[in-house]
Amino acid sequence: MTAPRMMALRAFLASDFIYRFRRDKVALVSFLVLLAFVLAGLLAPVLAPFDPYDPASIDIMNSEIPPVWTDGATDPQFLLGTDAQGRDMLSTILYGTRISLTIGIFAVMLQMVLGISIGLLSGYVGGRVDAFFMRLADIQLSLSTLMVAIVALAVFQAAFGTELYSDLAIFMLIMVIGIAEWPQYARTIRASVLAEKHKEYVDAARVIGLGPGRIMVRHVLPNTLSPLLVISTVQVANAIISEAALSFLGLGMPVTKPSLGSLINSGFEFIFSGSWWITLIPSVVLVVLILTINLLGDWLRDVLNPKLYKG
Amino acid sequence: MESGPIDHLIFLGKRLLQATLVMFVISLIGFSIQDNLGDPLRELLGQSVSEAERQALRDQMGLNDPFLVQYGRFLSKAVQGDLGDSYFFKRPALDVIADKFIATLELVIGATLIIVFISVPMGCYCAIKPNGWISRAVMGISIVGISIPVFLTAIFCIYLFSVELGWMPSFGRGETTAPFGWESGFFNVDGLVHLVLPSISLASIMLPLFIRLIRSEMMEVLESEYIRFAWAKGLNKYRVWFLHALKNTLLPVITVGGVQIGTMLAYTILTETVFQWPGMGFLFLEAVNRVDTPLIIAYIIVVGLIFVVTNTVVDVIYTLVNPTVRIAGKAS
Repeated sequence: MTAPRMMALRAFLASDFIYRFRRDKVALVSFLVLLAFVLAGLLAPVLAPFDPYDPASIDIMNSEIPPVWTDGATDPQFLLGTDAQGRDMLSTILYGTRISLTIGIFAVMLQMVLGISIGLLSGYVGGRVDAFFMRLADIQLSLSTLMVAIVALAVFQAAFGTELYSDLAIFMLIMVIGIAEWPQYARTIRASVLAEKHKEYVDAARVIGLGPGRIMVRHVLPNTLSPLLVISTVQVANAIISEAALSFLGLGMPVTKPSLGSLINSGFEFIFSGSWWITLIPSVVLVVLILTINLLGDWLRDVLNPKLYKG
Repeated sequence: MESGPIDHLIFLGKRLLQATLVMFVISLIGFSIQDNLGDPLRELLGQSVSEAERQALRDQMGLNDPFLVQYGRFLSKAVQGDLGDSYFFKRPALDVIADKFIATLELVIGATLIIVFISVPMGCYCAIKPNGWISRAVMGISIVGISIPVFLTAIFCIYLFSVELGWMPSFGRGETTAPFGWESGFFNVDGLVHLVLPSISLASIMLPLFIRLIRSEMMEVLESEYIRFAWAKGLNKYRVWFLHALKNTLLPVITVGGVQIGTMLAYTILTETVFQWPGMGFLFLEAVNRVDTPLIIAYIIVVGLIFVVTNTVVDVIYTLVNPTVRIAGKAS
């Protein structure tokens, strides 16, 4: 059992993909930084010196303490300073990264499930089903995702009231961002299915009597993986941006359970009074997070799609 | 494949049908929001009215009618431009939006000008000299630009230019004048100064996208047969680049641009929030906080209409301008 797995691993490590990955410093650094973010998000409860969700650990007397490296009334307890409510910025940012990543990844998983199912169905069945879904995709893409998300969440918030909404926010964000972007996947998968559908291996699978479902999922789908991988990175970055934007507008995560976007929002008014760190530190974290994902996505596209231009 | 004028008419008809259908769905969504969000009676009467009187008024206003009857009424009013009165402003919701529309339009125009005048030259340059250090720098910066959400650009701009340097105003629209009958900040210095930072912020998110798009389209065009032929003919290089190549580069760019106008509207909500810009997006968020249902619905319908109209117009123009495009619904 282990031997073939080891072989597969060794083959993967010796592959062109890994070779090019090792050669490319930008990709390597981006990957390491992203890995650090993911670990920081996963281990936030362990790494964070304070629990920002626990009101008992917050003392309003500690509010707006600047980061330790600045002049002024710093406190070594709070490496990155505190926000207006006296929460430790470092802990809040760690938890915020966790929430932003969670929403980004789950929203994209939802997009994938919806998009792959619809794309496979559309490409394989064709005809009216195909026409219907692709029209729907056209229409949905023509209405900007962010606009749809803003309107949908605004209406939910007005309907539920702010109290209830803040409890449901994380699910609502995942649902809305997830549902709004399925056409990206559906179109890609459909195009690949159309390209693969008439190849010999599909005919061969049909001749030996496999059902259409099995052919689609086990034979065609694996051949569409590389475009999937490329759009997935971009989609995760976009989902995180959308989440941040929605939270910034006050339609996303509440201040008591902040994502990076709501942190930036809650600190925004304080830049006028000089407390820049409440906004700028989470902003930098957010930008670096998105940038690493985008850089990796760019690199993946170059490697997996040699037909496209480099850069 | 040849497509005659009849094909174009059929295509136009299909697109119009689709546009109507989308507007119909949006109006349906708008109506179900009205149906579920807030109680119009409470807004009208307050708390001190008996239950029997409420019921009587409900019947009188038709709030107990079947869904379809109510929707029909909503639709026929909406088509006549009546989307109800805003609870907060006590004026027709569409009028309130129309007042704010100019402010948003100013932002969109400002940002569009920035995008056009920067992305076209930069995209062309990067396509013509793909390996020069300037091109590499532009491409590198553009991926950073894509990674910075629009509200962060706005915040950075305010922090740097308003708080630290004090060069620019940090919020509001500034002075507006109305030499041509509508209040605008375009015609005086104060209004224009206020417009600078919001326009830059709004442009910042689209700019990298367009630079990349123009670059890749132009690189593709420069590889094509007719450009090689133009070189072989010994044409002047500027003529080849900016007359022959650029023309065909801009065709797909215009389509994307048309679609992005809609996306830009979404970003105006963010920009307007950061800069307290009194436009439609800002108004919408205020309406949401006040649960001002008629205004929310009016905004959704107006924005939906803008999306649908721009998309349809862009599609139709594109098929007219580009004779090689395959008209959808026709097998190749």
